[in-house]
Amino acid sequence: MKVLVAVKRVIDYNVKVRVKPDHSDVDLNNVKMAINPFCEIAVEEAVRLKEKGVASEIIVVSIGPKEAQEQIRTALALGADRGLLIQTEEMPSSLGVAKLLKAVVDEEQPQLIILGKQSIDTDNNQTGQMLAALTDYPQGAFASSVEVEGDHINVAREIDGGLQTLKLSLPAVITADLRLNEPRYASLPNIMKAKRKPLDTKTPADLGVTLNNTLKTVKVEPPAERQAGIKVASVEELVDKLKNEAKVI
Amino acid sequence: MSILVIAEHNNLDLHKPTLNTVTAALALGDDVDILVAGANCGKVAEQAAQIAKIRKVLLADHAAYEHQLAENVAKLIATVGKSYSHILAPAGTQGKNTLPRVAALLDVDQLSDVIRIDSPDTFARPIYAGNAIATVQSSAAIKVMTIRATNFDAVATNGNAPIETLDDTFSTSNATFIKEEIAESDRPELTVADVVISGGRGMASGENFEMLYTLADKLNAAVGASRAAVDAGFVPNDMQVGQTGKIVAPNLYIAVGISGAIQHLAGMKDSKVIVAINKDEEAPIFQVADYGLVADLFEVVPQLENLV
Ligand SMILES: Cc1cc2nc3c(=O)[nH]c(=O)nc-3n(C[C@H](O)[C@H](O)[C@H](O)COP(=O)(O)OP(=O)(O)OC[C@H]3O[C@@H](n4cnc5c(N)ncnc54)[C@H](O)[C@@H]3O)c2cc1C
Repeated sequence: MKVLVAVKRVIDYNVKVRVKPDHSDVDLNNVKMAINPFCEIAVEEAVRLKEKGVASEIIVVSIGPKEAQEQIRTALALGADRGLLIQTEEMPSSLGVAKLLKAVVDEEQPQLIILGKQSIDTDNNQTGQMLAALTDYPQGAFASSVEVEGDHINVAREIDGGLQTLKLSLPAVITADLRLNEPRYASLPNIMKAKRKPLDTKTPADLGVTLNNTLKTVKVEPPAERQAGIKVASVEELVDKLKNEAKVI
Repeated sequence: MSILVIAEHNNLDLHKPTLNTVTAALALGDDVDILVAGANCGKVAEQAAQIAKIRKVLLADHAAYEHQLAENVAKLIATVGKSYSHILAPAGTQGKNTLPRVAALLDVDQLSDVIRIDSPDTFARPIYAGNAIATVQSSAAIKVMTIRATNFDAVATNGNAPIETLDDTFSTSNATFIKEEIAESDRPELTVADVVISGGRGMASGENFEMLYTLADKLNAAVGASRAAVDAGFVPNDMQVGQTGKIVAPNLYIAVGISGAIQHLAGMKDSKVIVAINKDEEAPIFQVADYGLVADLFEVVPQLENLV
């Protein structure tokens, strides 16, 4: 079974982003970039499926600038077989990304598509569900465990009240939540090997997709900062403050 | 301007974030309808009909919608919603699962987690775990968006709107419901509680969370957790507060043994009063706490319980 995994290049999750002084956007100059943590979990899951003999080939695709090749190489070092970069200078909307992925699905015909549930930059949590709509495939969003059984996949999903398990027929779209797995570290030999794995580059035009982002960012501002308060010396003082100053208990 | 609000519910009760979402809808225009899609969910439609200032309730009651399978519900919403200018749902897991699918069926871009409405086409939403707020203008033909309930008040429930029944059924065979494991609790729901007490890795075990439950019962509080506490298996996933968990904004948030990573702060920093209990005085949680107590939680949590 062929598995397609989508990965995004984003700011490293340890970095606290700053807003540009002119409020046009956040400042990503000289900021450490990495593979989106949820996408890394998606790659790991595909690799585990391959190790179990369920997946035969893992294709990793990224949409973004030329530098996103680095994140594809990371995925190849984790165990994906070949990469595809769809190069765009301007980041498409989630719908645009889903349309590009749909074109790749049409070409590659994977049985399973795994994405991260959200990217930690836009925090949209949309692309997987949109791809599922465009392909008319069933979706298992916010997956915390998956199990392939013949021509279907059982997916446990993290929902507000707890966990929901669905049985989806393949092909299907899965989006990875945090607890789906803990990604491995790429070993040095695998990082070296990844450099020789095939990595193709295409443009949206090659795929016959025209992008039309209807969302325009008017401005980006820092959130209202919270002031650090005071330190209390004892539980008595804390309770007194909560009762008499803050009046919240 | 006509706005369709998708009700969040469990076939028995309308969930409160729906009321906050209606407030957001009323900021867009006066013609607000509510869609209740589920199975044997007539009671929910009756509760929805009491929402003040809405035009009507649309009820799609069919086995295909029982478990909110996105495959079925999205087709219903897209069919019903295409005559509206806006489609809104609370930004819980139901809305996040379904609305992007609706938007793609309608071929429009979607907005997630809207926290402010400036005009019928301009909205604010957090990005980068809430470290920046983007104001976004949408020229999409239909504006499909999820609403962050904690940023809008709940609308009153003294109305009496008519209920209209819909016959559209969309039923897929490629997704089937197997089971649901829903945590049962007598405590208030995390996202609507006035007081939330959350435990982190510092709690050291699931058993130790009992301390927080006892305290919570005294304060009529809900209990939450950091990702580290959930990953370690101390508590179930539905208790996670943060960028990728639940967003809470109670009057009082007590963080116990939580360091205050940006991903955790993203879920609670709009709380009115924040208390941090942590033995490390350098813990970043103190930078957002109104009252910080540098102490061993195992000593002070039982004391706190005795004093409140
Ligand atoms: C993509 C992504 C998404 C994430 N989403 C979330 C999310 O939604 N929510 C979330 O919470 N995290 C999230 N995280 C994880 C986040 O980065 C932190 O790892 C996590 O919040 C840490 O949890 P913690 O504060 O409980 O643990 P730690 O950071 O280990 O902190 C434990 C704290 O407990 C204190 N402590 C220990 N023992 C005691 C004691 N006896 N008495 C008092 N204090 C004590 C320590 O001093 C320390 O400050 C996410 C991470 C990533 C990469």
